[in-house]
Order: sequence, then C-alpha cells, then structure tokens
Amino acid sequence: MIPETAMFGIPQWLWTIAVIIVKIAIVLGGVMLHVAYATYFERKVIGRMQNRLGPMVVGPYGILQPIADGIKSFFKEDIIPTNADKPIFFMAPILGLMAALSSLAVVPFFNGFVVANINIGLLFLFAMSSLAVYGVILGGWSSNSKYSFLGALRASAQVISYEVPLGLSLVGVMLMAGSLNITDIVNAQSRYPGGMYITAQWLGFFVFVVSAIAETNRSPFDLPEAETELIAGFFTEYSGMRFALFFMAEYTGMIIMCSIAVLCFLGGWTLPPFVLKLMPFLGAVPGVVWFAMKLYVCIFFYYWIRATLPRYRYDQLMSIGWKVLIPLALVNIVITSLIKMLVHPTGTP
Amino acid sequence: MPGTYTPVGYLPVLIFLIIALGFGLGSLLFGYILRPRRPYDEKLSTYESGMVPEGEPRQKFSVQYYIIAILFVVFDVEAVFLYPWAVSFDKIGLYAFIEMILFIVVLVIGYIYAWRKDAFLWD
Repeated sequence: MIPETAMFGIPQWLWTIAVIIVKIAIVLGGVMLHVAYATYFERKVIGRMQNRLGPMVVGPYGILQPIADGIKSFFKEDIIPTNADKPIFFMAPILGLMAALSSLAVVPFFNGFVVANINIGLLFLFAMSSLAVYGVILGGWSSNSKYSFLGALRASAQVISYEVPLGLSLVGVMLMAGSLNITDIVNAQSRYPGGMYITAQWLGFFVFVVSAIAETNRSPFDLPEAETELIAGFFTEYSGMRFALFFMAEYTGMIIMCSIAVLCFLGGWTLPPFVLKLMPFLGAVPGVVWFAMKLYVCIFFYYWIRATLPRYRYDQLMSIGWKVLIPLALVNIVITSLIKMLVHPTGTP
Repeated sequence: MPGTYTPVGYLPVLIFLIIALGFGLGSLLFGYILRPRRPYDEKLSTYESGMVPEGEPRQKFSVQYYIIAILFVVFDVEAVFLYPWAVSFDKIGLYAFIEMILFIVVLVIGYIYAWRKDAFLWD
C-alpha cells in the first residue's frame, strides 16, 4: 500500500482515487480504440470472405475508416420521433452503454492489471450483462414504432433465455478453479497440466460460445435486428450519436464476451506449462500480447460465423437455448463435479 | 461485526460507472453542439418503410414471452445457487456433491414438466 503520509501534499485518499481514474482512462481508451477497429476488422474480414475488398478509400487500405465514421456520427442530425417517450428515449442508449462499459472494471488484461479486483468478478459480469437488456427494452418501447417494439420483445426474450446456459456453462470452470475471481481463475489455469480449461471443459466451452453469440445478438442469432424483417430492430428510430452509443455498447459487449472466453477457457495471458517447457523464450513476451492475440482469434471467429451461417428462425433459436444448451450445461456440471469428486474424494482444499 | 464492513473494493466500480455515464453524456453533448437541427413533420414521424404509420405501435403480444420470463427467473436463480457451491466444492466434499445432485434432480423434474406442457414451444 501507499504510505499514510501525504505525497506532494496530496492526501492519500485523493491519491488512491487518482490512480483508479488513470487506470480507468487507460482501459476505456484502449477498449474504445479496439471497438472502433473491431468494426474495421469486421468489414475487412467479411469483405474478403465475400470476395470483396472491404473499406479501401479512407487512408491506405481504408485504415482511417473507423475514425471517419466516428467523426461523422457527431455531425449527424439527431431525430427524435414525435410520439417517442422522450426521457426514456434519452436514457436508453446511455444505460446500455453504462452497463456494457462497467463490465470492463473486472476484466484483467494481464497479470495484476485490473481496475477492480473483486472476489465475485464473474458474478459481476453476469449482473452487468443482465442489466444491458434494460437499454434494449427501454429503447425499443420508448421509440413508439412497430419495428422497435418487436425488436425489443425479441431481444429481451432472447437475452434472458441465453443468460441461463451462459451462467451454467461457467460453473464447470468455477468448480475447477474454486474461485469467482477472474485473476485467480487464470492463475489456476497456468498451474493446471492441460494449461487451458478448454481441454477439460470443451462441452462447457461449446455451450458458452453459442450462448455468447446469442447474448450479444450477433449473427446467426441476430433476430432482434434482423434487417430483412425489422429494419434495425430496437434502434430503428435512433440516429446520429445515440445510434453510435448503441453500436458501441454492442461491440463492447462482444469484446467482453470474447474476454471471458479467453480468461476462463483459453488461459488468459498465460501460456500452457508444456509450451513454456518446450519453448522457454516465449515466456519473455508480455502477457498482454497473448491476451490480445487470443482475443482477436475469438473476434475473428465471431465474424467467420457471421459470414458463413444463415440466420435462425425465432422458434429454432428458443428451442436451441432451452432444449439443447441447458441440458448440455447441466450434464457438464454433473460430469465435472463427479470427476473432481473421484480425483479428490476427501475434500482437500 | 455487522454494519462495519465498507466495500472498499467496489469503489473503482462506482467510479467506473460515473465515468461511463460521463462518457455517454459528454459525447451526446459534443454532438449537440456540432450537429444541425432542421426538423419537419415528415422527418419526425415514425419510420414505417416510407408508409404513413398505421395503427397502435404497442400491440398485444404473445403470452409466450411471459412464460419465458418466469422460467428465466427459476433457472437463473438456480445458476446463482450453483456458484457458491462450485467455489466451496473442495471444502465440503461428498456431502455437497450429493446435495447438489438432489437439487439438480428436483429442478430437472420441473424442467421436464415445463417441456411436456409445451412451455418452450413457439408457433
């Protein structure tokens, strides 16, 4: 801890808060940059998969496209429909973005770098991803449009349905790590002989991936914003900067889901022990590099699925969630606890 | 001692929430200064693919959405009950395992009942 004596005449509590704010600024700035370039990456990847070039005009290879898009959204007129419920209409995108951004507080990007190292990290992430549904419902309801209303209904039912398998799929990881703190989970993985929990929790990982795609309303489960039937779903009536806020919330949510996948199943910033034994020089690479590489592999996987699979029907979506994923997640929990029971029968800590 | 615990570890979360709120409001305010405002009736009317909006936008909707919401409460609480069990599994051992299998069996009976009653069926 920082000593009790004031540094440079600044009281100690102010110093603590200043450190927190600097950390938040680094996290927020970094993630916002990655959100901007995730859109560029998406357009490039999908363009290539569809035999196109993707953005090419703004800057070399279109590299400045996300910055141009960001500046453009500031200059766009803000249209508020006459029949909209104004206070709720104003509030919804900010609420959605707040819920998405504050999840970042518990995500560790490399060893020791986390804004809030709380012991219920994973539970906090679920609480925040549940809160994100409020932005969707309130935005869709207050727009007073048929498309928005239908989109909000679909989105809320979808998000709460997939919340359950998402929560259950990580119980196996908690059983293996014995903690809800994300830093502890990553450190437990680096001690585990397999190196990554995906080697033992592949069933949990499968359930997690499918529910994470549905939870963030991404293709092939993008029913709430299915553009061929609902224009843009719950944010049909939003324009300009408010639209950009919803957009940022969606991409931040995607980055958070990929971070959970990397931290809980793919070993976070660590490398498996056998890889380090084989190539010890890889240990010199900073952990944040491995984290970013694994994160971008997951994000690429999102885009790959989007470019490959057609959209599901709503009844198919609901029956996958309730009739397939929940039983699979429960089976995974029972098998994991049974194996753990047989390996450590006496309950050694 | 009860009542003396101050959740200091959550202070960064609170500050993060305030900064996120400020980020949202700030970017909206910045846009408010820069953007044009030229509203007219047609522009402000509800978008319905170029048609004149017809009928009430907030219509009746399927009861299925309510059933899903109720089922969600049951299963999400179940998931939250599993978390402390999973974390303290090492310390409680066999007893915890049997207890939780019983808990899951009770839930699975309810789950099968909901399935047989077509609670997951959409048409």
